[in-house]
Amino acid sequence: MLAEPVIVDARGLLCPMPVIRVQDAIAGMSPGAEVHLLATDPGVQADVPAWCRVHGHRVEAVLEEGDTLRVCIRVRD
Amino acid sequence: MSQRQPRAVALISGGLDSMLAARAILDQGVHVEGLNFYTGFCVEGHTHAVRDKDRARPKRNNALWVAEQLGIKLHIIDTVEEYKDVVINPRHGYGQFMNPCLDCKGFMVGKARQWMDANDFDFIITGEVIGQRPKSQLKRTMPVIAQESGANDRLLRPLCARLLEPTLPEREGWVDRERLFDWSGRSRKPQMELAERFGLDDYAQPAGGCCFLTDPSYSRKLQDLWKARGERRYELDDIMLLKMGRHLRPRPHFKLIVSREDGENRFMHGYRRQFTHLVPTSHGGPLALLDGDAGAEDLELAARLVARFSQGRDAERVRVAVTEKGGEPRELDVAPMAADDVPQEWYVG
Ligand code: SF4
Repeated sequence: MLAEPVIVDARGLLCPMPVIRVQDAIAGMSPGAEVHLLATDPGVQADVPAWCRVHGHRVEAVLEEGDTLRVCIRVRD
Repeated sequence: MSQRQPRAVALISGGLDSMLAARAILDQGVHVEGLNFYTGFCVEGHTHAVRDKDRARPKRNNALWVAEQLGIKLHIIDTVEEYKDVVINPRHGYGQFMNPCLDCKGFMVGKARQWMDANDFDFIITGEVIGQRPKSQLKRTMPVIAQESGANDRLLRPLCARLLEPTLPEREGWVDRERLFDWSGRSRKPQMELAERFGLDDYAQPAGGCCFLTDPSYSRKLQDLWKARGERRYELDDIMLLKMGRHLRPRPHFKLIVSREDGENRFMHGYRRQFTHLVPTSHGGPLALLDGDAGAEDLELAARLVARFSQGRDAERVRVAVTEKGGEPRELDVAPMAADDVPQEWYVG
């Protein structure tokens, strides 16, 4: 069974805090796990993919849910 | 040390110097990873981009951009809480404005040393150049940073290393001193030339410094905040709001932060529940947050000021909704203040 994604709630925080929250969450996670970042700062659309690229993680989707952005990340294998 | 590849941790600010320093060491076959410290004062693309006029600028985090260009990992460290002590009690004092650069450098290199120890890295690199900045980058302050941070001779400054005593990475042969640089002074020419040689362009060139503490207007707002509170302390929200809006202090016990345009309005909207806030209802106009304690007369004055920045500035009367912290909105019907009646000293910053 697939594990539920870990939710990182960074709504209301300005960049780079959402990136830092994702980074800290991923530090304790297993390869292949999934993280969903919830954020309201549009800056995450640039910064989170950039951070993922330099660390080899994959952004699988960026979804707009009202005022919230949900960034779906797969931890590198 | 065994034959494993040497490992260096580079302080990456997002500017050109730290980028070149990291690149110079990468080119010597060293494994490099970057650290970037978030203090709350950082000049950040996105904070600028809150303002509509700046929206066209690319919204990128420069440190991440540098890491991508160099092909290195970047770790962003939240130092907001610990950094307060650096700003509030700098042992070496401030630079031209509220920038405690020497203490700040010592703090950041000290954090990098902890990270180096925890992650089994061998040395630290920074983009410092002797004489580049008036106080923190002098030949005599370089050892101060190395000692106070505890990094000692594991701190290498590739851009001016040949003007300094050889450090451990040079003595151990992890890097070749001959391939390091001997730059000093304020000229940016060698940096530009090396950037060109490395094929790097489109790098960020912050004027003044890497953070808002080198900005005169920002520094005055921070001093005003401390004076009004009677103590030197701040929270992250305080220092974020110092980057936004017009700040007016009509009375010692309160100030108004008046948004200047839609972008700031949106941003400040997120803070309205934490503050007494005012917004014109009969005319278009800005959101204003009131920081401090305001009695009935103060609220009337605040409403008149807000009306002065609304589209009703020339009207006889403007209605302004006032919501006290945690309360329900109520309307005040006020005469907008005339521009001439707003003393220049009320403007902070
Ligand atoms: S400009 Fe700001 S971030 Fe840079 S060294 Fe000085 S205090 Fe630190």
